[in-house]
Amino acid sequence: MMSSTNNLKGRKVVLHDMCLRDGMHAKREQISIDQMVKVATALDAAGVPYIQVTHGGGLGGNSLQHGFALASNEEYISAVAPKMKQAKVSVLLIPGLGTMRELQSAYDCGARSVHVATHCTEADTSPQHIAFARKLGMDTTGFLMMAHLNDPAGIAKQGKLMENYGAHTVYVTDSAGYMLPEDVKARVQALRDVLKPETEIGFHGHHNLGMGIANSIAAIEAGASRIDGSVAGLGAGAGNTPLEVFAAVCERMGIDTGVDLFKLMDAAEDIIVPMMDHIVRVDRESLTLGFAGVYSTFLLHSKRAAERFGVPARDILVELGRKKMIGGQEDMIMDTAMTMAKERGLLKEVTA
Amino acid sequence: MKKIRCALIGSGNIGTDLIYKIQRSPVLEPVWMVGIDPESEGLARARSMGLKTTAEGVDGLLPHVLEDNIQIAFDATSAYVHAENSRKLNELGVLMIDLTPAAIGPLCVPPVNLREHADKVEMNVNMISCAGQATIPIVNAVSRIQSVGYAEIVASLASKSVGPGTRANLDEFTYTTSNAIEKVGGARKGKALAIINPAEPPMIMRNTISCLTDDEPDHVKITESILQMIKEVQKYVPGYRLVNGPIYDGNKVQVFMEVAGLGDYLPKYAGNLDIMTAAATRTAEMFAEEILAGRIQLKAVEAA
Repeated sequence: MMSSTNNLKGRKVVLHDMCLRDGMHAKREQISIDQMVKVATALDAAGVPYIQVTHGGGLGGNSLQHGFALASNEEYISAVAPKMKQAKVSVLLIPGLGTMRELQSAYDCGARSVHVATHCTEADTSPQHIAFARKLGMDTTGFLMMAHLNDPAGIAKQGKLMENYGAHTVYVTDSAGYMLPEDVKARVQALRDVLKPETEIGFHGHHNLGMGIANSIAAIEAGASRIDGSVAGLGAGAGNTPLEVFAAVCERMGIDTGVDLFKLMDAAEDIIVPMMDHIVRVDRESLTLGFAGVYSTFLLHSKRAAERFGVPARDILVELGRKKMIGGQEDMIMDTAMTMAKERGLLKEVTA
Repeated sequence: MKKIRCALIGSGNIGTDLIYKIQRSPVLEPVWMVGIDPESEGLARARSMGLKTTAEGVDGLLPHVLEDNIQIAFDATSAYVHAENSRKLNELGVLMIDLTPAAIGPLCVPPVNLREHADKVEMNVNMISCAGQATIPIVNAVSRIQSVGYAEIVASLASKSVGPGTRANLDEFTYTTSNAIEKVGGARKGKALAIINPAEPPMIMRNTISCLTDDEPDHVKITESILQMIKEVQKYVPGYRLVNGPIYDGNKVQVFMEVAGLGDYLPKYAGNLDIMTAAATRTAEMFAEEILAGRIQLKAVEAA
């Protein structure tokens, strides 16, 4: 094997797989308990240390807004957690959607790590939840979503708040798959400058501009030590950083992830890809997400609204980007599509 | 004409906005504002608007309640101190309008159940939450036509309009609002979601209401009921506006609303704060009208 020399040789990076959480978006929340167990078991055997398992919207995600999954979060976690030989099961908690009651119940089912997620300017909606996760003894991450919408100094300030609330790790989260390597570096560096040395930094990418791997490497160069990805890229939009590809790049660069590359490749090819409803890739609409800076989860919702109201999905996505809609505002997709349809004479106003 | 004299507890955004609304009321008069920080901007503004102020919390107000004939108090402090505030003022026969998520009294959404509370002379009524005020009328407009098994609301709020109290206690907001969707909205199960959006210029408050009816929804009757309810809310919140819908998909009814404020103290985008102060003022007015007409009389609540 060809070897390359670089300054990252020997660096340790902790991988966190998202295909059973972010991947739920790409599967319209329709992953069965059996499939969850099968995927998680394969990832556990491949040495992936953290596996996120919940509804795509995380705890409290089951809703008309975000779709109803085939099973409750408690059922998924309870089925997966006891089967894990080494991996920790993690969950996503977005304050305003999920609550501490739900975190307690996820913990009771076996979850031991949590991403407490807020929009990148609203960290101060998370103190209760981060403190509670710490009280439960969980591995606790503050997860700053849509990080391209805040500048490096702003991200540093928000990350510092999360550290103060008790987060062990702060993530730069490129929910729109919009960022370029220098954007990632600047934000991770700004965090590294203000956070305590023992506080870890993570990066969560989306592959909408094909930058998932390059961005993750840039994050590591700037000091990140935790990387989210998903095997075969099963995630919202054009998917997350494909984990097996990233693991291969790390191996070439001498970055120590501790995972078994070939086992990950097998899981991707033999288990995940056959599960996909559509091939998760950079297509016209997911590219629009990355290009316009729109939340990746909006992809399938926009396609459905496009079909229903006759306004192209790309037009809807661009308008959502212009209106600066953020994660969680999925209702505004239909609202925006209806308003655009009225303007185009495709839909009539309701009158008394 | 005689007016009912009021005290405002809490000198933040909500309390200050209330001064403007109460000053315009034909039946209410703002007399006292209670704060805890002598340097607070809210107390200074209240003084400049002609109110008496104290920075010693509710205890600073108590000696003046009887001599100044305070009959209604609005509490815009926090869930944690509300119970104490309410107990002390109720003992003196003051009606408490609770704008915190404490919800120790019955939940009130004016066009849905205010009349009922006034008739019973409740001494503490709770205004739920901004999202509750903005969405429960619509849930009720559906459930009064057909039974609703599940109702879900999504409130999008401008970041600048969400104060530190709400931010630090988002779970309470979720629980209080979800519960009220059931109790007042009439859905068997309720769920509330909140999104805080920092866009500049700030977005006007948006609310999406979705109801699942048990049987196939009667489109004509439900649409008519919703449009009628919107008119009722517009009587005290003129900026309450239907943007899209009602739209039907199987048993699902969805309505997309916008709430622009009056821009009294808080900017127009802060419809979430405005709808709380407007609903609280409307509630106090209904009680005041009844008191002035001699139909009801407030009674001191014995300490338990």
